[in-house]
Amino acid sequence: MTLGKFIERLAQLVPVLLGVSLIVFLMMSLTPGDPVEIMLGDQHVTPEQEQALRHDLGLDRPPHERFLVFIGNALQGDFGTSFYHRRPVGEVIAERLPATIELTLVAMILALVTAIPLGVLAAVKKSTIFDKASTVGSLLGVSMPHFWFGILLLMLFAVHLHWLPVAGRIDYEYQVEPITHLLLVDSLLRGNIAAFGNALSHIILPALTLGLAMGAILMRVTRTSMLEVMRADYVRFAEAKGLARHRILFRHALKNALIPTVTVAALETGTLLGGNMIVETIFGWPGLGRLVVESIFQRNYPLVQAAVLFYAVTYVMLNFLADILYTILNPRVKL
Amino acid sequence: MTTTTLPRPDTAAGDRPEPVLSVRDLRTAFKTSHGIVRAVSGVSLDVYPGECLGVVGESGSGKSVTFASVMGLVKKPGWVEDGEILYRGRDLTRLSDRELRALRGKDIAMTMQDALTALNPALTVGEQILEVLRAHADDLPRGRAGRAEARRRAVEMLDLVGIPSPADRLNEYPHQFSGGMRQRIMIAIALACRPRLLIADEPTTALDVTIQAQVLELIADIRARLGMSVVLITHDLGVVAEHCDRVVVMYAGQVVETGPTRAVISDPKHPYTQGLLDSIPRLSDLSHPIRPIQGQVPELIDLPPECRFIGRCPKRTPDCRTGIDMRPAGPGRAARCILVGEETEA
Amino acid sequence: MTTAVPASSAGASSAASPDRAARTQSPFWRNMRKFADNRLALASGVVVLLFVVMAVAAPLIAPHDPNATDLFRRLQPPAWMAGGEWAYPLGCDALGRDILSRIIYGARISIFIGTAVILVATTIGILAGLAAGYLRGWVDTAISRLVDILLAFPYLIFAIGLMAMMGPGLSNIVIALAYKEWVIPCRVVRGETLAAREMEYVEAARALGAGRARIMWREILPNILSPVVVVSTIRMANVIILEASLSFLGLGVQPPTASWGSMVADGRAFMLEAWWVSTFPGLAILLLVLSLNVASQGLRDAFDPKFHD
Repeated sequence: MTLGKFIERLAQLVPVLLGVSLIVFLMMSLTPGDPVEIMLGDQHVTPEQEQALRHDLGLDRPPHERFLVFIGNALQGDFGTSFYHRRPVGEVIAERLPATIELTLVAMILALVTAIPLGVLAAVKKSTIFDKASTVGSLLGVSMPHFWFGILLLMLFAVHLHWLPVAGRIDYEYQVEPITHLLLVDSLLRGNIAAFGNALSHIILPALTLGLAMGAILMRVTRTSMLEVMRADYVRFAEAKGLARHRILFRHALKNALIPTVTVAALETGTLLGGNMIVETIFGWPGLGRLVVESIFQRNYPLVQAAVLFYAVTYVMLNFLADILYTILNPRVKL
Repeated sequence: MTTTTLPRPDTAAGDRPEPVLSVRDLRTAFKTSHGIVRAVSGVSLDVYPGECLGVVGESGSGKSVTFASVMGLVKKPGWVEDGEILYRGRDLTRLSDRELRALRGKDIAMTMQDALTALNPALTVGEQILEVLRAHADDLPRGRAGRAEARRRAVEMLDLVGIPSPADRLNEYPHQFSGGMRQRIMIAIALACRPRLLIADEPTTALDVTIQAQVLELIADIRARLGMSVVLITHDLGVVAEHCDRVVVMYAGQVVETGPTRAVISDPKHPYTQGLLDSIPRLSDLSHPIRPIQGQVPELIDLPPECRFIGRCPKRTPDCRTGIDMRPAGPGRAARCILVGEETEA
Repeated sequence: MTTAVPASSAGASSAASPDRAARTQSPFWRNMRKFADNRLALASGVVVLLFVVMAVAAPLIAPHDPNATDLFRRLQPPAWMAGGEWAYPLGCDALGRDILSRIIYGARISIFIGTAVILVATTIGILAGLAAGYLRGWVDTAISRLVDILLAFPYLIFAIGLMAMMGPGLSNIVIALAYKEWVIPCRVVRGETLAAREMEYVEAARALGAGRARIMWREILPNILSPVVVVSTIRMANVIILEASLSFLGLGVQPPTASWGSMVADGRAFMLEAWWVSTFPGLAILLLVLSLNVASQGLRDAFDPKFHD
């Protein structure tokens, strides 16, 4: 892919991102209730003070101007003030973000490293007991509500068996000087194996819960596309060439079969991002998802607005990356 | 070694060298939801060193399945039920997967109908030709020297099939080549290990006419240079007439006629061969009417012992119900028809 | 149903026969028979129906008032455990309410919201998809842009955002989910319509002077209905999980109304001493969603053989 094409594709994102911002803006503008009243809460102020606040927040301007201001501020990373924390929203989000990124990455990796080999195996052993069991397993995985699965894991492994911790990201006694703010990475970089083990024990259950549905779907997709690819002429030709079985399977078949898997994986990150809110709530994970849920109940609208926008933009960018990856995997497609 | 020094297989039977490939009473079946399909039922044929054998038939005649069986590429729900496949005296049906794999691509190679689908779209052309060299080249030195040698052979092979500046194009993907070039690349891959036998499965069907001729010329040229045998599987008797020394005509899973190409075409003994000839338009004689064969190939499930062509045969007699074996029909010739015997007697 | 004919998912509708009578009925029923032959899918369909019956007849089936509290029965275990009794087979929650009765009433919420969202979304999706696919031009551009933008939001986050703004409540859930859900049938209908408008029977109708509305409604729609039906059943399972997720977070149906998601949330506080409070409602969700998934897969296989492995 040439740089020009890349920039062209990047430019196509602009209208989508603008539309996304407009919808987020509208969502908040149509909210019943006056943000100024919510912000002031029980504080007694004179009508003049209230008017001044309204003016400061730009709420006395017409809607289209407010949208332009919103976009302009958003581009500068200014999402207003969190009513609850009394600090800039951007700052609060940035603080919580690493925990969410870490959890999402681990869930994704967990899903990919189990789903792809299992999907390949199911395809190779088509119609055997293993294949049937994996079909049932993936159906269960797709049909399982996140929140219930998480609670079952929690009840079993944390509450009753005491094998794993109930909540949080790491126990208080461990201190890891941040580098990347991802605890698993930082504790390794600092050579603090004990902290790494503790962080790992905290992340297993939430990551498993979050990754389950994605893993189930990816396994299904890998199996189906692997079966399709193994019927392809080029696999037959590879067999006629007398190549070793593993080479046919992994080099000829899997490389092509992974193309749909990557696409679906990118789409499924949307589910993963949404799932964060639930999983973080269940496991007391100090990330962005739980912050959003808390903020909703605190009527902390600027934060909710910024977070929804952030998630949507992230999702758009992930899909864009998947498109790029798709062209790398599939040389036929010229962007 | 060139073909001209080899004895022509259509000379007297006693002069014939040992065949490279000898298929004896091969039976291959497929399990389907409607019953067991006997796709190949009792096929015998020989391929001699240096010759080009044409295998002709409609789709469903069993010609491709026969050679898939030879390559050991028949997959579930299909299997080889019975028969021998002798390659230079070794019965391929008794070899292990490993032994077969060592043979495939090295001694017996195959090209597919359509290079567009036979070449892996996600791998470079260079990788696809190098991997077959690496899989079979026991004579390649290890390490860097081996890689360099494999690369040299790959370039040489691509050059042989007529790819311009082959060394520069090893890193390109199949879609970056034209249709004719892709076909040449596939042939280069098949021939990379200098096999003794090339099975070309419908090499021209997916191509337009001018490229068809080029590809067939190329195969003929390389056959002469490498001294290998070629099996040309096709439904086009015209292609056979032009390129093959001998021909095997298949119908409904059986061989119905075999013999030297020129003799078979000038004087077909089996009504089906006659029918195939009548259905080709002739440029030399435009007044010659094209008569397609009426009817369809019978479904190959639970067939009665009668002649399989009986439903479509213009010359059928009540005696055809009993079925019939191959009968000798002149020098190097045989046909599966009761009329053959009568003709000789008359 | 008199007019539905399956079209393959890629849109190359095989039913291009000019004879209307031949297009009607038979393929649809042939596919339904194929579906019925798939025993697992059929059984799942029956389970789904049982849930529907349970929801409709909840007042007749439920042994107790789902909202009747009884503090003497606080966290009473299921009948087969020590301290349980068969009058309350699945035990009681923290307010002493009968869990089985609440599950039976909870089916009403899941099935009502699932059906309502799918109906609203499919209706909007069909209208928008037909308009985009048949009229093309600026209509198509506008609808497709909107679809792209809505697809850019992760589903649950979009729904949570909307619920945060609108506040909880039954009708708000339906609105919040339908806002994004219509995009899915819309894309299916648009694709099928694009393919169908080039078909002979549509051209024949055009040649006979049929108006645009008539062609869209009478000629194209009946022929693309099958994939829409298949997609709707698949989506229904998803919508039910989404509703349960919203209720779990406390953004859905408000107490004391029984909803499976909020029942699971209620049990979180008692994981140590009363596992049954969360477990049984979750099991109900799993069973309904699983049955819907299996049944819809059976439908898809029956209607579109291309999906077979």
